[in-house]
Amino acid sequence: MDWKSESKKLALIAAVFLGFFVLPVGVPRFNNAVTESLELTKWYAREHVLLCLVPAFFIAGGISVFVSQASVMKYLGARANKVLAYGVASVSGSVLAVCSCTVLPLFAGIYKMGAGLGPATAFLYSGPAINVLAIILTARILGFEIGVARAVGAIAFSIIIGLLMHLIYRREECAKAVTQAAMPEAQVTRPLWQNAAYFASMVGILIFANWARSGDMRAVFLCCPGGLSAYKVEGTLVNRTSETVTIIDTSGKAHKVPADLMLGAEDVRKNTVYEWIYRLRWALVAVLLAAFAYMAGSWFSGSELREWLEATWGFAKQIMPLLLVGVLAAGFLLGRPGPDHEGVIPAAWVNAAVGGNSLRANLFASVFGAFMYFSTLTEVPIVQGLMGAGMGKGPALAMLLSDPALSLPSILVLRTIMGTQKTVVYVSLVIVMSTVTGLMFGAFF
Amino acid sequence: MMRIQVLGTGCPKCKKLAENTEAAAKALGIEYTIEKVTDINEIMKFGVMMTPALAIDGTVKVVGKVPSPDEIGKWLA
Repeated sequence: MDWKSESKKLALIAAVFLGFFVLPVGVPRFNNAVTESLELTKWYAREHVLLCLVPAFFIAGGISVFVSQASVMKYLGARANKVLAYGVASVSGSVLAVCSCTVLPLFAGIYKMGAGLGPATAFLYSGPAINVLAIILTARILGFEIGVARAVGAIAFSIIIGLLMHLIYRREECAKAVTQAAMPEAQVTRPLWQNAAYFASMVGILIFANWARSGDMRAVFLCCPGGLSAYKVEGTLVNRTSETVTIIDTSGKAHKVPADLMLGAEDVRKNTVYEWIYRLRWALVAVLLAAFAYMAGSWFSGSELREWLEATWGFAKQIMPLLLVGVLAAGFLLGRPGPDHEGVIPAAWVNAAVGGNSLRANLFASVFGAFMYFSTLTEVPIVQGLMGAGMGKGPALAMLLSDPALSLPSILVLRTIMGTQKTVVYVSLVIVMSTVTGLMFGAFF
Repeated sequence: MMRIQVLGTGCPKCKKLAENTEAAAKALGIEYTIEKVTDINEIMKFGVMMTPALAIDGTVKVVGKVPSPDEIGKWLA
């Protein structure tokens, strides 16, 4: 018997059983957290996986295969127009950074062989935040406003951070690598409008399949007794007593909330166009699907379609397991929105740390986001859990902005690329910018 | 003796490229050494920005995608 390897197994078995020995089963908070974790995952599976994530994976796969990355990169090369380079760098993440692992090599490339430090930093900041999957899921789960604010905030602030980095280090002797950047050969085989129509039909399917019914009323609830933040529920009021208010929201979920937490309610003005689109949504999806099938069949070759399927499956395979773990963990730790849905971490703690829209709450959220590592898309259920437990909208946006741009592992790689001093300056700029954006967003919404 | 270098920071696609390359080289029965270049600064020296990438005898053959073993076989032959 090999004692060394056997003792490892013994230690593992002992650790697992010791874990179960002290497992707090039966303690209300623990039991509740397990239920919340399963409920949250069930809600994702029912509401988001088929209609939202699956089309989003197809779109991301399509972008990575059909959009010529070389044609974008030529605007970020060494001889590129400087003004244009900032603009392109700030938005090209949606095309180039569909996978988070590609961001750092591209950053290093733009910095050392291409347009320089400014555009490279702009790309590094906005890239992960504006990848299509992240934006679609953010808008769907955390609300349209935060989804748009995340994209717009990332683009605008990336340019400012890029320019600041350029100004701070403008005197530095530029020891550009003389290496000619190797680019994938451009393989444009069809006119731009065909690509555009193809993506438009996919985006249309995604939008109409997820078209929500509008509710009759919108109520604003305080997150928890004594909390600093509020959340909105849109739906139909089914029961109101002096103690509790029950609202069925537009996705069919019941919210039963103590009456003293309700801050206000307003009727929703019915919009006829909106209602008609809701009624006709499956017909619209069917028409778009037919158009999509026709385009895929007549404009694209068999090998292109196979590559597209492979890329789509690649994203799904890479992201789905991590997202599942992320959702389970977020539900267990933080629960779902509303009182009686707490996870292991008490809502009062979350409130104290990131509730409301104070400078401290925003700063805490952006520092936490900058150093923590969440894999692609898992930041969404985490922020959702935090918001349900009382995080304000401003700090939520601050965290969404600083989190994908940085993590402890990526900070360490950045250090090897551009040195300690520049990395410290960059990290500080990201934290300051994210905090300021969060404060402004929290003040307006 | 062919010198094959797979450039990538360790993402799933890079591992896939290394697998495909080894499969192609074995199928051809050529003599080769395979090396994984994971340091980002080393990768930059090849002029590669989009990983994964494949270099054969120091020349970059493909950037930013994972070709099939058949395609790789053409460069190795």
